[in-house]
Amino acid sequence: MKAAVLVFPGSNCDRDLAVAFRNAGAEVTMVWHKDDALPAGVDVVGIPGGFSFGDYLRCGAIAARSPITRAVIEHTHRGGYALGICNGFQVLTETGILPGALMRNAGLKFVCKPVDLTVETADSAFTAGYTGGQRITIPIAHHDGNYVADADLVARLRAEGRVAFTYCDNPNGSVADIAGILSENRRVLGLMPHPERAAEPAHGGTDGAALFRSLVGALALA
Amino acid sequence: MRGKTMQEPAITDELIAAHGLKPEEYAEILRLLNRAPSFTELGIFSAMWNEHCSYKSSKKWLRTLPTDGPQVICGPGENAGVVDIGDGQAVVFKMESHNHPSYIEPYQGAATGVGGILRDVFTMGARPIAAMNALSFGEVDHPKTRQLVHGVVEGIGGYGNCFGVPTVGGEVRFHPAYNGNCLVNAFAAGLAEADKIFYSAASGVGMPVVYLGAKTGRDGVGGATMASAEFDEGIEEKRPTVQVGDPFTEKRLMEACLELMASGAVISIQDMGAAGLTCSAVEMGDKGGLGIRLDLDAVPQRETAMTAYEMMLSESQERMLMVLRPEKEAEARAIFEKWDLDFAIVGETIPEDRFLILHKGDCKADLPLSKLASSAPEYDRPWVETPPAPEMAEVPGIDPIDALKALIGSPNYAAKHWVYEQYDSQVMADTVRRPGLGAGIVRVHGTPKALAFTSDVTPRYVRANPVEGGRQAVAEAYRNLCAVGARPQAATDNLNFGNPEKPEIMGQFVGAIQGIGEACRALDMPIVSGNVSLYNETDGSPILPTPTIGAVGLLDSLDDLIGGAAAEGHLALLLGTTTGHLGQSALLAEVFHREDGDAPHVDLAAERAHGDFLRANRRLIAAATDLADGGLALAAFEMAEAGGVGLHLDAADTPTLFGEDQARYLIAATFDAAEALMVAAGKAGVPLVTVGRFGGQTVSFGGHVAPMAELSALFRGAFAEALG
Repeated sequence: MKAAVLVFPGSNCDRDLAVAFRNAGAEVTMVWHKDDALPAGVDVVGIPGGFSFGDYLRCGAIAARSPITRAVIEHTHRGGYALGICNGFQVLTETGILPGALMRNAGLKFVCKPVDLTVETADSAFTAGYTGGQRITIPIAHHDGNYVADADLVARLRAEGRVAFTYCDNPNGSVADIAGILSENRRVLGLMPHPERAAEPAHGGTDGAALFRSLVGALALA
Repeated sequence: MRGKTMQEPAITDELIAAHGLKPEEYAEILRLLNRAPSFTELGIFSAMWNEHCSYKSSKKWLRTLPTDGPQVICGPGENAGVVDIGDGQAVVFKMESHNHPSYIEPYQGAATGVGGILRDVFTMGARPIAAMNALSFGEVDHPKTRQLVHGVVEGIGGYGNCFGVPTVGGEVRFHPAYNGNCLVNAFAAGLAEADKIFYSAASGVGMPVVYLGAKTGRDGVGGATMASAEFDEGIEEKRPTVQVGDPFTEKRLMEACLELMASGAVISIQDMGAAGLTCSAVEMGDKGGLGIRLDLDAVPQRETAMTAYEMMLSESQERMLMVLRPEKEAEARAIFEKWDLDFAIVGETIPEDRFLILHKGDCKADLPLSKLASSAPEYDRPWVETPPAPEMAEVPGIDPIDALKALIGSPNYAAKHWVYEQYDSQVMADTVRRPGLGAGIVRVHGTPKALAFTSDVTPRYVRANPVEGGRQAVAEAYRNLCAVGARPQAATDNLNFGNPEKPEIMGQFVGAIQGIGEACRALDMPIVSGNVSLYNETDGSPILPTPTIGAVGLLDSLDDLIGGAAAEGHLALLLGTTTGHLGQSALLAEVFHREDGDAPHVDLAAERAHGDFLRANRRLIAAATDLADGGLALAAFEMAEAGGVGLHLDAADTPTLFGEDQARYLIAATFDAAEALMVAAGKAGVPLVTVGRFGGQTVSFGGHVAPMAELSALFRGAFAEALG
């Protein structure tokens, strides 16, 4: 299973994401934002957390227009997998690969702490390692994680089982407590919490490891 | 002035005074040059000779500190200290203040404080892996405090979070002595290969001097001189001297510098901090025994019509100066273009001892470089020993639960989630212990090793007794490292004091340095880097003397970590001797609003023996914490609260519960482990007693009881209640 992790100039969770992929058994290539093509044979593209372009303009807005991002859009149109964490989720909404938007936290402050999530669906390569309704603890660290969508979109996401994770105790004002969503074909996941920061015992929790294990497992079989 | 070269102003007595230079200092300039300086030259002298850059009041005393040891690769004098951590690796760290700018413009002042300290670390070839911040603010209900707290905390988070360094610890205190002068002390540590450390000394004649990073603007012109002056009512006028930070540029600058260093292109490198281009160029030339010629027309500029004076004194952030191997120029340029950063050759090293500044065809400065660096004035300021503290008045009786509530309900001792949850404490995915419980711990990436970080000082003690207070700051840092199972390695000092021209303030400084030196020697924790911040006074009223000690410890393996929690059924054991010292205690300050009596005595031999005992027996210990402010009661409460259990202590008397005797730890252990610890303590000859047990849902001191849930809510809510 081959993963590509994008590196924007202000990415700062790129190494963390690569480590989590590797520990789950993936082969990882780091890909620079000025490149215009993904390496051959990439199964999943990881868009890491951080401040891709300093959060200038809007979080993820400039990254969404980078040369490499055009290649990611094509990759997802061909049915390729993508995982966007934190700033990566913001990039995915800015490209339109995932619907909705991420706004400033309702409390206006940056928030870094472990939060409890409910796994809303086990029906995806990302969440197959969990059971639906399972409660897990994963850290968040963001200033702009307030997921915004209109009522129709929320209803559709729910009806299609595309809400992947919800917050048990909403830390940022997200509509319907949404912490992460899937694309229509269930092959793209964007989420604000950082599963790569809860993937080893030294992190103080390992609830995030199952996400990488199940993704790598599913794609290795594919 | 547009379109015309600006005429430099004439040198007058007022202009000299406005540059913070004393008449006798100006006379020394005349003597060195044998002529009057130009305006630009006056600016350069003021930048090099102000307190912030020259350490002119403190140098004599700083020399007395221990700075060496088998673990030390590089002590003070470079951008940061370097300490060997085995396996060919080194930790590079320093702590530095950004007090004056943070008071004037809290967000940018704090943000650029973080930026400056990160730059100090990666300038040496180390990737930053941990940050801490020690903050001191005025009293909670002072009209300025809330705004300062919000601005400073957001500024620290805004910069560090974006840059991508985990903030893993720090301190926040409130005291009226900081009403007009808050303290922002920023610490950063990085990881490097021990044989690939980069220094500032230039070498080789005719080597290109390269300017890297962000463009130069007018921000911060005169900042270092401002940082060396007292505040008064005109403070608002100083806002334009504060720099503006751009963490996104800093992140790219770090990546580009580390890439450039790996390419072998770098001969020497120096970040542009205080007094930017001036200090960095002089430092590189002086250390290398060379002259430097700078052609300011080549400096990347953000604003039009900048003068030589402005460029030489600008404190624009995220800039570096580097001496490059000429044959690697194309490679170096390509790396900076990759990261979209400015790269410009702005001068070269020259054989003569000259600092030559050219601009628009004119020579704006021509100074003897080595004298500029080395003949900064040095003062042996008069000082008086701090008189012994008067004896403590009697302490009235108090219900111990009420006393605990007063402590945990005060923003000084309440949980600080409101602060540290605004900092990314886990980026890099190596954080083992987040802020809030003693030392922060970060893994050494890809190895079994980990580093522990702490910052400590108790300013009340230092004011009452500078020598004991200095010792205590070091001892508390030592204990915080031992309490997690780490071996203390070395320390950095950030010495914040008032006006050194007052003998009693200078006496505090001299005493604190003596105490710090004694403790560092006794505990084998040399000072490898540091910073002095003087003139922390407003309208003549000084801060509490605040020598913050940042310290680093090493865990050879995470298996050595003491990082568990107190649990139901654990016994509470107290290591160390309790006499019930209440002088200058948190209890007196918070409950009785008194700060009297002497600071507690620090027995350095006991500190060492108890730290050694803790590490030697770590496998028997579930959780440990050092005892400091608030004594046994506060430490035991915090340990129980973190473990989600209740607590019973046998004692109910004020001195036993709230005394602040030093060299003490609280240990949580199972019954069987506690028995084994008692035997070990007997053999080692260290005092260890059972003082209570963990468990249940109440906190009780003797017969005084309160529900843990109620106390926990108070502890967790008090900070945001007062300041959120």
